[in-house]
Parts: sequence; C-alpha cells; structure tokens
Amino acid sequence: MSRRSLQNIAIVLLIAVVWPVARQIQQRFANESAPEAVESRTVVREVALLNVSYDPTRELWQAVNAKFVTKYESETGVKLTIKQSHAASGSQARAIADGLEADVATLSLWPDLDLLRKKALIKAGWEDEFPNGSVPYFSTVVFVVRKGNPKGIHDWADLGKPDTSIITPSPKTSGNGRLALLGAWGSVVLQGGSEENAREFVTRIYRNVPVLDTGARGATVTFSQKGIGDVHLAVESEARLEVRESNGELELVYPTKSIRHDPPVAIVDAVVERRGTQDVAKSYLDYLYTPEGQVVIAEHDFRPLDAEVLTKFADRFPKVELFTVEDIGPNWDAVQKKFFAEGALFDSIYQEIHRSDSAK
Amino acid sequence: MMPQKSTVASSTARHAASREDPVWVRVLLIGLAFLVIGVLIVIPVANVFYQAFRGGAGVYWKNLVSDPDTRHSIFLTLTVAPVAVALNVVFGVAAAWLITRFKFPGRTFLTTLLDLPFAISPVVAGLMFMLMFGLQGYMGPWLRDHGIKIVFAYPGLVLVTAFVTMPFIARELIPVMDAIGSDEEIAAVSLGANGWQTFWRITIPNIKWGLLYGVILCNARAMGEFGAVHVVSGHISGQTDTMPLRVEKLFQEYNNPGSFAVASVLTALAIVTLFLKIWLEHKTSHELAEARDVGVT
Amino acid sequence: MSRRKSLSVLPGFRLSLSYTITWLALLLLLPLAACLMKAGSLSGEEFWKAVWTERTRAAYLLTFGVSLAAAVIDTLLGLLLAWVLVRYEFYGRRLMDSLIDLPFALPTAVAGLVYSNLYVKNGWLGQFLVPLGIQGAYSRLAIVLVLSFIGLPFVVRTVQPVLETIDADIEEAAACLGATRWQTFYRVILPALYPALLTGFTLTFARALGEYGSVVFVSGNMPFKTEIAPVLIVARLEEFAYAEATAIAVVLLAISFVLLGVINFLERWNQQRST
Repeated sequence: MSRRSLQNIAIVLLIAVVWPVARQIQQRFANESAPEAVESRTVVREVALLNVSYDPTRELWQAVNAKFVTKYESETGVKLTIKQSHAASGSQARAIADGLEADVATLSLWPDLDLLRKKALIKAGWEDEFPNGSVPYFSTVVFVVRKGNPKGIHDWADLGKPDTSIITPSPKTSGNGRLALLGAWGSVVLQGGSEENAREFVTRIYRNVPVLDTGARGATVTFSQKGIGDVHLAVESEARLEVRESNGELELVYPTKSIRHDPPVAIVDAVVERRGTQDVAKSYLDYLYTPEGQVVIAEHDFRPLDAEVLTKFADRFPKVELFTVEDIGPNWDAVQKKFFAEGALFDSIYQEIHRSDSAK
Repeated sequence: MMPQKSTVASSTARHAASREDPVWVRVLLIGLAFLVIGVLIVIPVANVFYQAFRGGAGVYWKNLVSDPDTRHSIFLTLTVAPVAVALNVVFGVAAAWLITRFKFPGRTFLTTLLDLPFAISPVVAGLMFMLMFGLQGYMGPWLRDHGIKIVFAYPGLVLVTAFVTMPFIARELIPVMDAIGSDEEIAAVSLGANGWQTFWRITIPNIKWGLLYGVILCNARAMGEFGAVHVVSGHISGQTDTMPLRVEKLFQEYNNPGSFAVASVLTALAIVTLFLKIWLEHKTSHELAEARDVGVT
Repeated sequence: MSRRKSLSVLPGFRLSLSYTITWLALLLLLPLAACLMKAGSLSGEEFWKAVWTERTRAAYLLTFGVSLAAAVIDTLLGLLLAWVLVRYEFYGRRLMDSLIDLPFALPTAVAGLVYSNLYVKNGWLGQFLVPLGIQGAYSRLAIVLVLSFIGLPFVVRTVQPVLETIDADIEEAAACLGATRWQTFYRVILPALYPALLTGFTLTFARALGEYGSVVFVSGNMPFKTEIAPVLIVARLEEFAYAEATAIAVVLLAISFVLLGVINFLERWNQQRST
C-alpha cells in the first residue's frame, strides 16, 4: 500500500465522517424552510406521512396505503408516500413519546394512545376527532386450534382443562396479550362468577402458557410455524390470517362470548403541526371511514363499522356476543392499573405460579 | 477481548513420542471436536442456507431484490456500518496512539473505559442513547426545536453502532503499536519530520494490517448489531430497518424464505469476514516473522 | 505540561488526548451520565424497590445461571477444541480452525433465529430431541445453547496460543520421571493453562451476561423462568417507568464494570505468567 493510496483512504474516511454532519445541517435547513412551504401549500409536490401502528396490521395498512395514495394523488396532484412502522402497541406509543415522528398513530389499545395525550403530543379530546370515538373498525379475541380440534376446545372454560397448552403474547408488552387476559376474566365474571373464580381461572390458563412472546406476531409464529401449543388466543384478523397461511393445518374456534377490541386512531398533533401535514393526515384517517376504506378493512378481517359492508362480508364474521373493557372495570385506566401495572394482578398471578412451583 | 488467533507455528516437537496420545484418545477427541463444531456451527449455518434456498434460486433472488424494503435495509446496513467503522478508525488510532506512545495519569483507567461497551448489554446501550437524545430525554426537546433528528433516524443508528463497536479497533491496535515500539517514530521526529509526516510515513505503514484486521472485526459486528439498534430504530419500513431488523420483521410477516434470504446474506458476509481474517492473519504472520528477523540482525 | 508528563518526544499528545476524551465523553460518558441521572431521580427506597423484587431477582439469577453454565460448557469445549487443533494433525483441521470464529462474525439475531428453528418440534434437531423430552427451544437449555454458540471462540482463542508455547521439554521430563500421559496432562499442562482458561471463561461469561439479540429469540420470556434482565428493562419501559427501567440498567452496568475489572486483572496476570 503506497502512501498515496493511504492518503486516499484517509480522505474517504474523512468524507464518511463529514457526510452525516453535512446531512444534518442540510436537514436542519430543510426544516427551517418548512413553514414557508406550508404557507404556499399548492407549490408542494411531495408529502410523506409516517403511520406508526401495532403488530397485526401490516397487511391492512399496506393495502389501505396503496389505495389512498392513488386516490390522493389523483385528487390533489401531490405525490404522497406513506411509511409504516410496526411493533408491539405499547412500545410504539413509547417510541412516539420518545420522538418517533409519527404523523398518525394507529395503535391497539386506548391507553396507548391516551398516553400520548398525557405527554402533550396529542390534544385532549382526540377521541372526538373522528367518528365512533376515533375507532374506525373493531375486532375480538378468538381461538386457533390444530386440525380436528384434538383437545376439544369450544369456549373459554375449555382453556382451563389440564394438559391444554395455550399460546398468547405477554400482557406486559402486547395489546393482544392484554385483551386475551381480559377476555378470559370477562368470560367468568360476566357469567356470574366471582372475581375469586376469575382469578383462579386466569391463573390456571397462564400456568399452561409455555411461551410468552413480546408481540402478537411473535406468538403467531410460535404457534403456527414452530408448532408449540394446543390453542392460540389471537385477535380475529390475526387468527384468520394464521389459519389461511396454514394450508389446512389450523382451525378457527369462536367462543360464544368474547371481548371487543377497539383499536383507536389519532393524528399526532405535535408532529403534524411542525411538519405541516395536518390536512393530509386528516384525509388519510377520514378515508378509513369511507365505504371504500371500510371494504379494505373488511377484506383484511377486521370488522367494519359500516353496516352495509358488514353484511356484505357477513360470512367472514360469525356472530359473537361482545363485551367491552368497560364491562370489566370502570374505564381503561382503572383496568390497566388493576391488571397490568407493576405488581398488579398479572404480576401476582405469576408470583403465585412461581411460588407453588418452587414449593413442589 | 476478541478471539485472537495465535500466529506461533507449532514446532516439530509435536511428533515427539512423549507428547503423543494413544490412538483411541486421539480419535475420540477429534471425533468429539467435529461433533461440537458440527452441532453448534455447521448445522445452524447449513440450516440458514437450506431455508433460504428451499424455494429454488429464482425465488431466493426475487426475495432479495424485488422487495424495496429489503433492498433498502441492505443499502442501509451497508451505509451505517462503514460510517460507524470510519468513526471508530479515527477514534481507535487516536486512542491507540495516546495509550501506547505516552504515559500519563489515568492511562490504565482510560484503557478500561475503552472496553466498557463490550460489557454493556446492547439494550442498556440503546436505552442510554434514548435517555440522552429521545424526546423524553435530556437533550431531546432542544434537538427537536433545532430540527436535528438523532434517534429513529440515520444518525442514531450510526451512533449506537459506533458505540457498540467502539473498542474493536483500539483494542486491536494497542498491542500492535506496543510491539512495534516507537523507535522509528522517534528517529523520524529527531531527523526533523513533523507529526503528520511521521504518522503517515512511519506509523500507518507499520500498523496497516493490524488496522485492517480491526476494521474487519468492527465491520462484522457493526453489520450484525441487533439489540441496541432495535431500541433506537423506530422500525420504519424502508427507512430505518437495518438487515438484522429486517430479518426479524420478515419472519413475523410469515415470509420465512424472505427472512432467511436476508439472514443468508448476513451469514455470507460473516463467512467472507472469516476468509478476510484468515488471509490477514496469514499476511501478518509473514510480516511479523520478517520484522522479527530484521530485529535480530 | 504534556511534555513533562508524557516523557515522550513524539508529538500529538494533546491532539490525541483531546480527541479521545471528547469522543469518549460524547459517546460513552454522556449517555452513561444520563443513565445515572435518571436512576438518581429515584429515592434510595424506590431504587431498591425497582431493582430488588422477586421477579428481578429471578431474572438476575437466570442471567447469571445461564451465563455461568454457558461459560463452563465453553471452557470445557474450548479446551477440547484448542487441544485437538494444536496437538493433532487431521483432515479438516484448518477448516475447523477457521470455523471457530464464525459465531463471532455471525449477527446474533441470525443465530437466535436459526437456533429457535432448529430445536422446535418440527426442526432439524428438535425432531429427534423433543420426543426424548429434551426441550432445546423456549427453555433455559435453549438460552444456554445459544450462549454457548456465541461464546465458543473466546476460550479456544485464549487457550490456543498458550498451548502452542508449552515447552515440549516439560512434558518429556514428566514422562521420563514416570508420569502417565494423564498425570502429565493433569499435573503439568493443565496448571499452565489455568490463567488462559480463566480469562476465556470470564470473557465468555461477560459476553453472555450482556447478550440480547439471540436470547430474546429463543428464551420464551416466562416470568421467573426464562425472562432475562434486558427483557425486564423493555417491559418497564413499556409502562413508561423510565426511572425504574434505568435503575435495573444501572445494576447491570455495575456488574459489567466489576467484570471488566476482573478481566483486566486476569489478562495482566496471564501476561505476567507467560513472560
């Protein structure tokens, strides 16, 4: 290696160091000129949105985005790109609070979005910004079992059978996990059982959970691809997708009663105000409520609000009696505190399991 | 702290009768060694390629290049890793120069500090950067007001990667520079060369192989970093997903072949790294031997 | 001042010192300080409550236990591999020698992905092991396995050079004095390898303690059973308990510091013994 080539390498390295700094400065200038661009919005030819969502909606948003982008571009002539980010609902809320620049947040559970209000990123009253409490579709928790349902699982009570291995993600980190626990709880207390019975039932279930994945998708992979467990407690859309992908190896089971899943959406005000993307973010979320948007939602196995669309896809969505989180506790905050906070019910259940295991 | 292969050639004494083990012991131990390597290393690697190529080479190729998000993740990893490595080259050379050429109070402490990123759990590393640069962190609001993005963007990925791989190059250079000694440099300076001349004409040619070795190891780790990047990435498809994150994401999207296709690229890169390492060790052992001969005469 | 203390005629002391310090401060000390400050916002009692519950204790114990098990396994396997590589000539020796570094170059996420796939019921190895009741995925065994994979190069690479430099005369002398082969190994060779083995052991142990990417794929995250400390940190973050999460991180950091001190001490001891 000659001295010349070494010097060349040094120059390259130097550029590599300087480049990100230069990029930063450039970005900073780009941002400083942003307000100007907002004023003369007709001149803007390109807009980018970031939709931060939870795990089982990847396919849904891919489809929605593709349709909405074409529609928006043909109507306004503005080139739109929508980026997606998916992970467990709770960690996504935290990421937004930590500065992930989401224009819209479409999370799994109400507390996750409301947390952004507490952090002053979303204005109070966000629930009233869109119809139906800013919930554009709903879903529920159902069971996925192996072919032929060898363990004979038909309703919640069957989950308490010994030797039934159950897959569900961790309620600590996953919205699906929380709903599954609340579903099991509700199945007891809403049929006249006492809280003591419910607690005992839920403990029996978690004793038979061999893997607590951190996210809904992780649990699906564990059950369907790794072949672990007898029954998977999944959100309907996830369950239907899972069964479709399994080539007949898995079956769906609908319990008679289950918990209603209401995933809310919101515009992240603090971000759109800075980026000047309020309007496009608004029409993006509005699109979900149009008949066209509702059809895309139904096609991805989420239950649409639109009665007409729902009847059209009725064969996909068998009737299940749905109860809400409010049927279990006064409101989400209270439920969150009672069940999932540090040292609350879920933790104490595991403590109990652990103690009785080590006593053996 | 890194696996360092010895360059000392085995002597002829290997065949001395008193050092010979009975045949059955030899066969047993060699068999065991093959079993260990087979189960722990060969089978997993074979499994990666098997899963990736299960649908045939055409599908494999399509998985890699037809998905724009996957393409972007490859591009991102290939831009994040070199920048992080470049930052660490400058730092590593400066730190090694400082530690091997000067004596000053706190030198031992500095050496220990250099190793710290090795021992810190990547999640903790990610958390540290989040506390510093995140919106809820100490500098977050200021950064946002000035339009500077660090976490959930390219600079954050580079920073945590640089952090996790910080010790590699310095760690590799310190023993090399210690072994070479500073005689040549002192001679150059006393003959009137200035600092940079000495550095470019004496030091760099002396340490170039050690440096390259460090760069290769550093790069391998930088490309494969998962835990810390996981915390600060924000998981935006086609924007902040690096290859290891893409592996996870594809796996969760029921795209097993796609996931293993990306994993196989990472594995192939690891194997290339191994070859480069072997080649370099070969090269350095020759040069070291030569240097030793020169030193003797 | 630099001249007087540096005892060197070479230039660049100030430049390299200021650069090194700045970089370390920016990348290491500042984030570290942020971490400590955040944890410091808790009162002593709160801190203790965050880092010392039954669940965190179980997580520390698990992390320690599996790391220890992996380090012990790797020490034994490393000794075996180093011995075979140094002492025997056989077909495929060079290949084996180069393959040993693979775990070091392979991204840990890939390792986790593959290992979790290999040992489940329908995996390549799991199809034989699971019927025998050996759960090589989503169990403590799974974590030990993947940690053993990741730590494999360390012991081999610390023992190999020492083994190569052991003087043939010593062994011959031992043999002449009537020692059996086993006695020679046990009484003569092994003691010479102790420092190297110990260094390799500690390196593997330290690496295993901090490992996340692969473990999170294979562990199963069961509280009290297979939940490692970094997962707890993530879980606390999810509840927006930043200070509590950071408190656990600080405990892990403190352990890292202590281990680093031990490693440095061992390496110095090793060098002294070998010279």
